[in-house]
Amino acid sequence: MSLSDRIKIAKRVAQELKEGEIVNLGVGIPTIIPDYLDDKKVYLQSENGLLGMGPTPSDDDIDMDLISASKKPVSMDKGASLFDSSDSFLMIRGGHIDTAVLGALQVDETGEVANWAVPGETILGVGGAMDLVAGARRMIIASMHLSKDGSPKIVKKLSFPSSGTRKADMIVTEHAVFQFLEGKMYLIETLSDVSIEALREMTDAEFHVLEKTKVETN
Amino acid sequence: MKKRLNPANALQFIKSGDTLLVGGFGLSGTPLTLIDELVKSDKENLTVISNNLGEEGKGLGKLLVAGKLKKAKGSYFTTNRDAVKAWSKGELEIELIPQGTLAEAIRCGGAGIGGFYTKTGAGTKLAEGKEEKVIDGESYIFEKAIKGDVAIIKALKADTLGNLIYDKTARNFNPVMATAAKVVIAEVDEVVEAGSFTPEEVVTPHLYVDYVVVNQYVKKGGRYIESI
Repeated sequence: MSLSDRIKIAKRVAQELKEGEIVNLGVGIPTIIPDYLDDKKVYLQSENGLLGMGPTPSDDDIDMDLISASKKPVSMDKGASLFDSSDSFLMIRGGHIDTAVLGALQVDETGEVANWAVPGETILGVGGAMDLVAGARRMIIASMHLSKDGSPKIVKKLSFPSSGTRKADMIVTEHAVFQFLEGKMYLIETLSDVSIEALREMTDAEFHVLEKTKVETN
Repeated sequence: MKKRLNPANALQFIKSGDTLLVGGFGLSGTPLTLIDELVKSDKENLTVISNNLGEEGKGLGKLLVAGKLKKAKGSYFTTNRDAVKAWSKGELEIELIPQGTLAEAIRCGGAGIGGFYTKTGAGTKLAEGKEEKVIDGESYIFEKAIKGDVAIIKALKADTLGNLIYDKTARNFNPVMATAAKVVIAEVDEVVEAGSFTPEEVVTPHLYVDYVVVNQYVKKGGRYIESI
């Protein structure tokens, strides 16, 4: 997975976020989104108990009691607040987070997400993944189009364990932006010079193409 | 005045086979000194309820390596490879629950609530064996409240009454765990006179805290290191 693809995905998701939104970012590609927000201000919530998470501090300012949910050192923005885990998940589960941007192992054609466990491997970690899936007001999946072994991640039916019945609203990959409406998946934009036919080949899920779909042309 | 204990004496309140609520998110906000005492002790067959099991050889990871644990219940164990190994060898039982469910179940345990219905986990593998209920057209699962025999938590400072304040994101599960065990032991960096905190600053009011222990770690370069 190339850095430029990851940056492309992060930039495109950054466009989706609105000024002033409360956003929770999952691990992986979502963590680099703050670098591409330009002047837009969003407030980052971290499930270990911080609203107003700021960038990675300089080495001298690292405090391992000021960390992100990935246990990496962070800083606090002006106006930040601190709270305990039960308040933090009240925010997440109670629908007080505007947007969660999450990675995914698979997404099916209705928007159901698998992002916590791989079949056949030991399942010993779930963290806040299911809480975010169930509770965030809007869920955007930021993911590479194909898995590392080249198989489609956007599938007809999940073969990986589901993270919950609540569906994603949008998927952004290095090739395309899909939106889910009433259980159906729509291609709304391509982000590379891939043709729609080629996109169908690398996307196991069935998607609909709108007339207004923006297709990238070189 | 809340009873000050030295770390070794604090262990008299913990028995083999007890269920312990242990504060912390990874190593942040973890009662490292009390864990060290448990490692040295003869306590065994402990069930630990905590978000993680520390890291390999650190925090609760030490307790695991010392063979003190029968079971761990929490949300994320894959970052400690020792936990994964112990589980695959059948040496450690693990019960996995979503992080928000863990926090809320402990909150309920402390608030006299028997359990609750949540959407988190409904329709997933983690709902297996749990009661499902449709409320206003949406699926919820029942989760039972969590309580402990003893909670060992970490705060930044206690005052002489036992009021606690915390350090940034080291707060995490500590305040809620302080409400949900029969005995609550708070490990702190420092004990100050009552009245040193403004009433607005107090996060955990002293009624939840039974004993206070001063830790034997110092913070250097943003991390706790052993002071000896």
